[in-house]
Formats: sequence, C-alpha cells, structure tokens
Amino acid sequence: MTRLLAAAMALALSALLPVPPAQAQSGPLRIEITEGVIEPLPIAIAPFLTEGGAAAELAQDITAVIQADLEGSGLFRAIPERAFISPITSFDSPVQYADWKAINAQGLVTGSVGVSGDRITVSFRLFDIFAEAPLGEGLQFTGTGDNWRRLAHKVADQVYSRITGEGGYFDSRVVFVAETGPKDAREKRLAVMDYDGANLSYLTDPGTLVLAPRISADGGQVLYTSYASGFPRIMLLDTGSLRTRTLENLPDSMTFSPRFSPDGGTVLFSSSRGGNTDLYSMAIGGGSPTRLTEAPSIETAPSYAPDGSQIVFESDRSGSPQLYIMPAGGGEARRISFGPGRYGTPVWSPRGDLIAFTKQNQGRFHIGVMRPDGSGERLLTASFLDESPTWSPNGRVVMFTRETAGAGGAPGLWSVDITGRNLKRVPTPGAASDPAWSPLLD
Amino acid sequence: MTRSLLIAACCAVFALGACTDRFGGPGSGTGGAGTAGSPSDPSSPAYFQQAVGDRVLFAVDESTLNAAARATLTEQARWLQANTAFTAVIEGHADEQGTREYNLALGARRASSVQEFLVSQGVAASRLRTVTYGKERPIEVCSTEACYAQNRRAVTVLATGGAGA
Repeated sequence: MTRLLAAAMALALSALLPVPPAQAQSGPLRIEITEGVIEPLPIAIAPFLTEGGAAAELAQDITAVIQADLEGSGLFRAIPERAFISPITSFDSPVQYADWKAINAQGLVTGSVGVSGDRITVSFRLFDIFAEAPLGEGLQFTGTGDNWRRLAHKVADQVYSRITGEGGYFDSRVVFVAETGPKDAREKRLAVMDYDGANLSYLTDPGTLVLAPRISADGGQVLYTSYASGFPRIMLLDTGSLRTRTLENLPDSMTFSPRFSPDGGTVLFSSSRGGNTDLYSMAIGGGSPTRLTEAPSIETAPSYAPDGSQIVFESDRSGSPQLYIMPAGGGEARRISFGPGRYGTPVWSPRGDLIAFTKQNQGRFHIGVMRPDGSGERLLTASFLDESPTWSPNGRVVMFTRETAGAGGAPGLWSVDITGRNLKRVPTPGAASDPAWSPLLD
Repeated sequence: MTRSLLIAACCAVFALGACTDRFGGPGSGTGGAGTAGSPSDPSSPAYFQQAVGDRVLFAVDESTLNAAARATLTEQARWLQANTAFTAVIEGHADEQGTREYNLALGARRASSVQEFLVSQGVAASRLRTVTYGKERPIEVCSTEACYAQNRRAVTVLATGGAGA
C-alpha cells in the first residue's frame, strides 16, 4: 500500500510530441464554463487501439476512464460506440469528418495503447469535427503499468483543457477522513484516493481520532489534527513512509485547522489556549509559531490566497461567525461576508477569483462561493449539513462533506460545479468527510 | 402512579446517559479514573459522576454557565477539594449544528468556562486540564433539539495522578 502510493507520487510522465497528420489549429470547438453548461457537448471517444501486444482489456479500461472523466465533468456527453459510422481502425488513418458530423459529434478523441515491458504508452489525438481539423497536437504519455489510470486522466485533462481553455483536474488525488461505526462511537482514519475514488489507501489506523487533513501541492505530505496525545494537535504525515511528527509545541494549547501555504513552506493553523482560539503561522520545517491574531473572539479555519499575500479566515468577533481577510503576516482584517446566517471554513480558489465557504442559515447548510471582496455570493448547495469545501485543481469544481440527519446519519463526499450544476456523490467505500483536493500531479 | 412512573423513567434516562458516555470515562486518553468505585462511596469517581453530576449543559452557541451549571460546578469544586488525589480533564463538546472547526473552538470555550469556575471555587488550576472534542463525540444521536441540548456539554472526567501532558 505504501509502496503503491510512493510509486504514484514519484511517477514522472513524459509528454512526447508525435508527428501530427495535420498542422495544429484552434477550431471553434469550445466550451465557456463560466456561462454554465446546460447541454453537455456531444463527443465521440473512439475505443483506444492496441499496439505492440498491449492487452485489449487495458485499452478498454483506459478508454473507459477517459470517458468517465469527461462525462463526469458534466460538460461532455459521449456518443455511444454503436452509433459510430466509421470505426477508427488505425491511429494514423485520416479522419472521415463527414461520418462524425452525421452523428453530431462535435469532437473526436482517438488513441492507442502500447506496452513495452512494464512501460505503458498512451497516445491520443483530438479533432474538431466541424472545423475538420485536429485541435492541438497529438500527445503521448508514458508510465508504469500500475499507473495506467493516471495516463488516462492525463489524456482526459488534455481534452478538457483544449476544449474549455481551462486547466484540467482529473490527474489529482483527494485525502479525506474515512469513517466507520455508529454516530456516537465513530472511528475515523485518514485515507487518500484518486479524485474519482480509485486507488484508495489508508494512512492512519482507526484507533485514533483524526480530523480535517490537507494535502501538500506535491501530494507528499498531509497535515491533519490528531487526538493521539489525548488532545487535538496538528500532525504532519509523510505519504510515502507514513511517518508522522507533531508540527508545533505550543504550551498548554490545542491546535487544529491547519493549512499549507501555496508554496508548501508555511502552515497556518488555529490554537486554543484558555478557551481563546487564535491564528498562527509557522515554517513547516519547525521554529517558533508566529501569532497572527490577538482577539478574545474565535479565529479559525484560515486559508491563504494563491499568491500567499492574504489570509481568509472565520471569526465570531462581530457576535456570529463571519469571513474576514487580513494580510498574511496579520494585521487589520476586513469583513467580507454580510448576508444572513453564519459563515465558516472559507477556502481560497487556486485561481484566486473566488472563496468557497460553508453557510448556515435557518437550519440549513450551504456550500457557497463569493469574490474576495465579498460580492457575488452564490449558494451552490443546500442540505441538512454541508461543510468543508475544497477546490479542484482548476478552481471549477468544489468537493465537500454532506452529512445526513438522525441516528443513522452519516457523511459522504460530494462535488458540485461552481455554476451549481453537476452535483454528485464522490464514490468512497464507506462514510467519508473532510476532503482535501490536491493540485494536478506532475 | 403517574408520578412514580415519571420518576422511574427519569432514573432510566439518567442511568442510560451515564452508561453510554463511553468517551467521558477512561477512554479520553488521560488514564482517567472514570466511573470507578461505588456510587454510595462519597469519595468514589462513581459518586462524583452520578451524585455530584459530572456535566453541565449550554445554550446554543453559548459558553456561559447558567444557574444550574454553576450549582453543579460548585458541588464539583467541593468534591475535588475533598478528594485531592484526583485531577480532572474537562471535555468541551458541541452539537452538530456548526462547522467542525468552529465547534472545536466552541468546545474549547465551554471547557475553559468550567475550568475557570472551578478555579474560582478554590480548585488548584494545576489539577485541571481542558480538551475540546467539538462535535466529534455526541452522546445523543438524533438530529433534534432534544439531543442537541444533551450534546452541548462540558464533562469533568476524573483521573488519578497528573492532569495530562
């Protein structure tokens, strides 16, 4: 389990440039995500061909993952293979555009899978059917056999990115809390999986209560809150060796709600002492924590802006929990949330344009987004209990915890587009909470 | 008839509450004395838990102590001063309304309110330690105010020896 994880993290993918049959050109094949896509774009994903003795099953699996990624985004609809007029029988043969137009395919993805020893090479091309031209150059990705899903995610990321003009998010991982047991005796442990639920492994044992993990940009480290000492304390875990260490050693304090800085060198967290919770930062390698807030109110759930210059956090200094922004080194904070209800767990989008948050109002919970100046608040979800949003690597999707009510209530992971569409459950083997989505892997 | 039934029902609820609080006992990582001893022995942790009352309840989003809480804590302080072999960890808890992070901070406030009150009643601060569980350890699992009210609590968990690391 440990070795698998380390292998996934250490994998280096080389993007090679095969000779494309025609010159690359930008066609009109384009989705503007910000407008909110109501009708998914019909595309044809030709079953990937096998080369040099690759197993047909592997090519099928890779095609299926690409299709699941693209359809799962809510932006694409794959045309069933049985509707194809001219099946792709050779990766390099010319595309019969008229045959794809006839079935209303806006785009066509073709590809092949080759195997050499333990190495898998996945090549693909994307065509704009109505422009009758390739959209971008053909690409190939190479990796080891146990990382075939990542190769498929890389292809899907390329297709998504070329058509939307946005970065992709499929080749990414999610660390979260896996939960078992009844509500009054819940056992929790850290787990990590691909964004789509595959390749799950556990990082801690169920005997110790753990909360709210965060994953570093390279996926190699996880910050979380652990009750291993009997008291909440921030720990740092190496995902390769599974070794853990305590982050800080503040006296008479409980620490929680950690978050990495964008460059991974600094940790923001909150610390409770004498009943008062304030924000601190410290270098991840050690040293003395710097106290960032001094108020007698609760200050918690801090998150850096992507450029590291500012911090958004939650405070009840006004009498109820609201969102505030202050300089990264502390100082005067300005309130940005003014709607009815209580606001918490703000998280700055990696694009910088939005802040996702949890909102509690009139007995319901919502995941919402607003601009950093507090304008443009939009609620994306509503339920008995939604919380702990985390951003997809491209800032277009928010994953969060949704918990059902009552004695049998349990949490699960869900995701929603920032337009509020494509709300869906993220597959996990059991109850799950507190997701933290990694950036795109290298 | 009706009245004695009512009393019996109350006792049952009380006993159940004491039994199901599996995290109020020696499971909280502090090597607690928990519920040891007989409830009829006034110097036993069982007596502290059941006769003195080991917990106080809070209003929504509040950490201030109401009159009932202060009365319970006054008795707790008296007991702790009479039984100096014990230390205590005060656990602060919240109901499930609210985010995980905010509830951790709220639980810390509640535990601290209890600690401050016990110290004000003469218990040495060095014998008390606080921990917050936020909304992680509910004792009642329904999602209505009847359960929430029981979960918004601070529990004084006895231990022998030091008050924890």
